Amino acid sequence: MSQQEMLNQIGLGTVEELFGDIPQEVRLSRDLNLPVALSEFELLNHTQNLSRKNLNLNDHTCFLGAGAYDHFIPSAVDALLSRQEFYTAYTPYQPEISQGMLQAIFEFQTMICELTGMDIANASMYDGASALAEAMLLACQSQKRQEVLVARTVHPESREVLKTYAKFRGLTVREVGYLDGQLNIQELKETVTSDTAAIIVQNPNFFGTMESLGEIGEIAHNNKALFIVSADPISLGILKSPGELGADIVVGEGQSLGNPLNFGGPYLGFFAVKEKLLRKIPGRIVGETKDKNGNRSFTLTIQTREQHIRREKATSNICSNQALNALAATIYLTLLGKQGLKEVALLSLQKSHYAFEQLTSHDNFSPVFSSPFFKEFVIQSVVSPQELNRKLLDHKIIGGYPLEQTYPELTNGWLVAVTEKRTKEEIDSFVLKAGGQ
Amino acid sequence: MKQQPLIFELTKTERQGFSLPTCDVPTKSIEQLVPEAYIRINPPELPEVSEPDAVRHFTQLSQRNYGLDSGFYPLGSCTMKYNPKVNEVIARMDGFQNIHPYQAEDTVQGCLELMYGLDTMLSEISGMARFSLQPAAGAHGELAGLMIIKAYHEQRGENRTKIIVPDSAHGTNPASAAMVGFDVIEVKSNSRGGMDLTSLRESMNEDIAGLMLTNPNTLGLFDENITEIAKIVHDAGGLLYYDGANANAIMGITRPGDMGFDVVHLNLHKTFGTPHGGGGPGSGPVGVREDLVRFLPKPVVEYEEGRYYLDYDRPLSVGRVKAFYGNFSVLVKAYSYIRSKGPDGLRQVSENAVLNANYLLNSLKDMFVLPYDRTCMHECVFSGIKQLVKGVSVLDIAKRLLDYGYHPPTMYFPLIVQEALMMEPTETESKETLDEFIKTLGIIMQEIETNPELVKSAPHNTVVARLDEVAAARHPKVRWRRSL
Repeated sequence: MSQQEMLNQIGLGTVEELFGDIPQEVRLSRDLNLPVALSEFELLNHTQNLSRKNLNLNDHTCFLGAGAYDHFIPSAVDALLSRQEFYTAYTPYQPEISQGMLQAIFEFQTMICELTGMDIANASMYDGASALAEAMLLACQSQKRQEVLVARTVHPESREVLKTYAKFRGLTVREVGYLDGQLNIQELKETVTSDTAAIIVQNPNFFGTMESLGEIGEIAHNNKALFIVSADPISLGILKSPGELGADIVVGEGQSLGNPLNFGGPYLGFFAVKEKLLRKIPGRIVGETKDKNGNRSFTLTIQTREQHIRREKATSNICSNQALNALAATIYLTLLGKQGLKEVALLSLQKSHYAFEQLTSHDNFSPVFSSPFFKEFVIQSVVSPQELNRKLLDHKIIGGYPLEQTYPELTNGWLVAVTEKRTKEEIDSFVLKAGGQ
Repeated sequence: MKQQPLIFELTKTERQGFSLPTCDVPTKSIEQLVPEAYIRINPPELPEVSEPDAVRHFTQLSQRNYGLDSGFYPLGSCTMKYNPKVNEVIARMDGFQNIHPYQAEDTVQGCLELMYGLDTMLSEISGMARFSLQPAAGAHGELAGLMIIKAYHEQRGENRTKIIVPDSAHGTNPASAAMVGFDVIEVKSNSRGGMDLTSLRESMNEDIAGLMLTNPNTLGLFDENITEIAKIVHDAGGLLYYDGANANAIMGITRPGDMGFDVVHLNLHKTFGTPHGGGGPGSGPVGVREDLVRFLPKPVVEYEEGRYYLDYDRPLSVGRVKAFYGNFSVLVKAYSYIRSKGPDGLRQVSENAVLNANYLLNSLKDMFVLPYDRTCMHECVFSGIKQLVKGVSVLDIAKRLLDYGYHPPTMYFPLIVQEALMMEPTETESKETLDEFIKTLGIIMQEIETNPELVKSAPHNTVVARLDEVAAARHPKVRWRRSL
């Protein structure tokens, strides 16, 4: 047996001797208390049974969004992601044998810059929420100020993550309320101070509503604060880029770009800035250079910002990011192309407005806001949304997000998302069943 | 191999790799739905290619990348073990992949049961009370763990502002400490590669919130003084943090909890066999001892009366570090990995990982300088100073290994070893693979004697030669732009 052969060569008699440095008092003197090993066949059966305890969106029609969206994913995305050269590789530290991932990330960075209207994008962050928190840290460091203002129309979980990151750094997060589903501009003007490092909004916001980015950006800049926008990348097929409207940092949740819902992850955060912030941004960046024969090549660059070199003085501690998810986004955006992204955005826009009109023409539902929205909207129901969702489940429909849990003032508020995948027949049936017929 | 153009350079106007149904609802003009000021006039410059063009492009790119299935990947501190294919199949099951995170709890009992089960198994493996599966990577787990340490002291009314980190630590340790607002105190290692107890005692005081330790450490060595270290830290009121990036040597053999650690993170994408994805997604669950459970990030999965649920009502929680519940599909793969191994299998994993590392250590210790001549754990660290005298650096040796079809070991880390070369073979490699690798290094050693230029100018067989990384950093070009 090769094990004994190897031990002999090392000059040891037993495997036990390999662990001689571990003091007896910290040894585990029993077997781990874990279920016994399963063969591959048993494991497949076991996990299949476990997965069947969930209701999945292949068998159900989804009108739920709230930060994670049921957009269509072309088959080529997973086929390409499943190539072992991509998914089993480590971070591309050896550029000569990692040109594939490095070039793909360079293409990803370019696409994110194009979508957001920014100059520089990094190789990805953990998700949209943590990207927003890193943007806050960057702003406070860059502006040497200790407070940020965040719209209450930003995703509730993103605001929670902001507060977590802020709390431990001694930063203050102040929330600004909303009016008709949009950030309350008057309240913002009254809240902003000379200690405000950044104004943070989401567009379209958690209610699906579009914010007045240009006007908010001006308020930020008049107060020497940075303007941070968390954007829905699909919406950027038809909406003016935050970069054109004065944003200094644009982040967002990239799940919609070719990543399955996966019960909340892995997704990817994107992170883009204007040129002046290049050397302050967190995370990996891929740059173009030449090899010694003069051929174009790609490598991780500007690494003096990063933890493995700068240690406690690094711009962030991030190391592994979401490379494979960023690759999915790159392939998705390649397949869609310039026209396809616009079509997905337009279909979502048209279908959500159709659903909104159908629902609000029913006696049981009324509109809550009158501001323009993109693919998601808020309505008020006469019965509780939880009850509605339970009823819809009988018809294999996953209903919208009950807003009262995070916005107690929105009594019986229901956040409904409609992507390009929903057909007229599905929408009509949803309205009919939700209306109680 | 030819260079592969950027996808933007393959664009032909109005090509598309995607088809959508025609709109089946009554439509309005975009101007009726979106205020004019918000309508995009300049479309993003995205590629315009057909599906076959796109598939060829990314296939070409994949062929310019080296994966774990391509060959041996002894990258120290990264635990590049084989990723079982069945786990990919499981993670893609409809009942895991096509689940919305905000579905009602009654409709996601399978997901919650899996998470609860994984939490329980990780707790048993590490000797902790509970885990949060929320952190998305190792560094993210460190961040959450340090928040817990800070919250613990604050709750006790103590203001402890400093964290001790040994000079052999991963770079993420000091960086994470700084993210949480701690000052970092670095403590030197002793002559055996362990923590210097005298320095540690001198550094401990009422400002110290805790010590971050990797054990086995980044030299691949187990610190025999661990119980004494734990006592010193605890006696001074600090907590002990376990950087579980290097946990592949200890499963079923010893547990951080039994060593005296209070907070632990584990890298599922290392020890628990989930693929690295070319730089993520990873997963870095953070576990704690019983009295710290109340500080874990929220929500936490709980079980009561036959039903799993997400518990948000945790007033002392450090809060949320990420949207939703963690990198769920990575959790599915790690769960499947542990279930496929069982208690005996996990112990065998660690035994074989340690055996393989010692086999490499023993076979190569005459070739390189071995700064700490001890039995190692999951990895071994050499110094290439003998080779440097001959004008060849470990970078050169690493690049030459590329020509022979290997992913090189980690270089220049840990920082306390000059010309460090850090090798982690993992348990999934056979003796034959290791022998072949040892033989190849022997050939390179001969090349250093007979033709050092060949090594110093390597690699010669890769799609690109050595890169000008200085130029890349000095004149950053980090995106493509259409040339006018």
